[in-house]
Amino acid sequence: MIAAARAILRKDLRIEWRTKESVPAMTLFTVTVYVMFHFGLDRDTLDGELAAGVLWVTVLLAAVIGVSRLFAAEREQGGIEGLLLAPVDRTALFVAKAAALFIFLCAVELVAVPAFALFLLGPGLDGALPELLAILALGNLGVAAVGALVSALAAETRARELIVPLLLLPLLVPLLIACAQATEPLFRPVAGPEDLARWLGLLTLYDVVFVLVSVAVFDYLLED
Amino acid sequence: MYSKGFAPLAWATAVTLTTAFALVFFYAPLDADQGFVQKIFYVHVPMAIVALGGWIAGGVMAIKHLRGGDRSWDMRSYVAIHLSIILGVGVLVTGAIWAKASWGHWWVWDEPVLVSFLVVFLLYCVYYPLRFSIEDPDRQARYSSVFAIAAGAFVPLNFIAVRLAESYTHPRVLSQTGGNLPGEMRLTFLVALLGMTLLFVTLWKLELTAKNASMQLKKLRKRARVAA
Repeated sequence: MIAAARAILRKDLRIEWRTKESVPAMTLFTVTVYVMFHFGLDRDTLDGELAAGVLWVTVLLAAVIGVSRLFAAEREQGGIEGLLLAPVDRTALFVAKAAALFIFLCAVELVAVPAFALFLLGPGLDGALPELLAILALGNLGVAAVGALVSALAAETRARELIVPLLLLPLLVPLLIACAQATEPLFRPVAGPEDLARWLGLLTLYDVVFVLVSVAVFDYLLED
Repeated sequence: MYSKGFAPLAWATAVTLTTAFALVFFYAPLDADQGFVQKIFYVHVPMAIVALGGWIAGGVMAIKHLRGGDRSWDMRSYVAIHLSIILGVGVLVTGAIWAKASWGHWWVWDEPVLVSFLVVFLLYCVYYPLRFSIEDPDRQARYSSVFAIAAGAFVPLNFIAVRLAESYTHPRVLSQTGGNLPGEMRLTFLVALLGMTLLFVTLWKLELTAKNASMQLKKLRKRARVAA
């Protein structure tokens, strides 16, 4: 199973490397949304709750793009039949797709977070970096698990582009709560009380639940 | 198939709901703090509990469908989710009325239960576009069941998350929704809850019978057309 998942993941990464479809689009989207927020809020710098909210809402909206493109190659080129005919576990497909999405998100954030710090964030990022990396990693894991499931659910529907955001965004609300609340103390101008353990705990719970649920039900998607 | 024991169930529902409303208006004491407005509690809270229970039940039925492959369980799950969404509209409307009457605003964000309910409601609303944009009936049933299971797991998780977020800034004890109700109020509440549950089951059976009948009719029509 691991070998199959690795093969599918390698294929996805190679396709992304050659076509450069999802990651550049998602990255460009985040930067554009920061500019929109600058004008929409009419603020030059953000801090605290507002900064955490803007950062996470932007990243999660960018994730919608990645999720709706996740099965694009298979659907458009008919590769899905090949994958389904191959004697590999569906779980391998899920793991590979979730891993691909995780890597895409990390790549996007590599640009999106520094861009956010440059354009909008008032206080510096330096002191907050280790905590922020932990939150981003756990957050990406949750988005990857839910995203792979939603992408597979929507892949066979007629109104795919509509279903993905409608389905993904409410499912991400608990994750948004945990990520934004965990990030908020890091972005305050003066350090205040923080409760990182509680929000990282909630994120871990979210990740565990959705990884388990997705693995359990993925077998029933993409059949026949 | 679904109509077995329907008549006694319908009667029990009518009697329990009537008793519940009689208790609400003539037996339960007026709330010292909120007065008459508080009586909406006996509609709002049972409706919310039954709607959430219906969604969870829809998830459990979906598990049965995927495990056994019997598509009638998907139909059961669909009808349960469908009814819960209808109840959900009622919950949000009565919740808004209650909020306006007791806090002066139609919507308050620091009421974690109501906010979680809204998020869950928004998620379940996507059930319809998802279900009806898949044409193949077998695949439609399977995908809907997957959604029902994932959303069912999401319900408690979302409640935990929203509760944590709210208590972080607004520590408040929910004294109205359970725990420390005085005896008469509690009895009234429990009868109202029972009535709402019975109403849900009755409507669920009714809808299933109707869906089953129309499906059978369609099948017969098709056969008649083929024969002719």
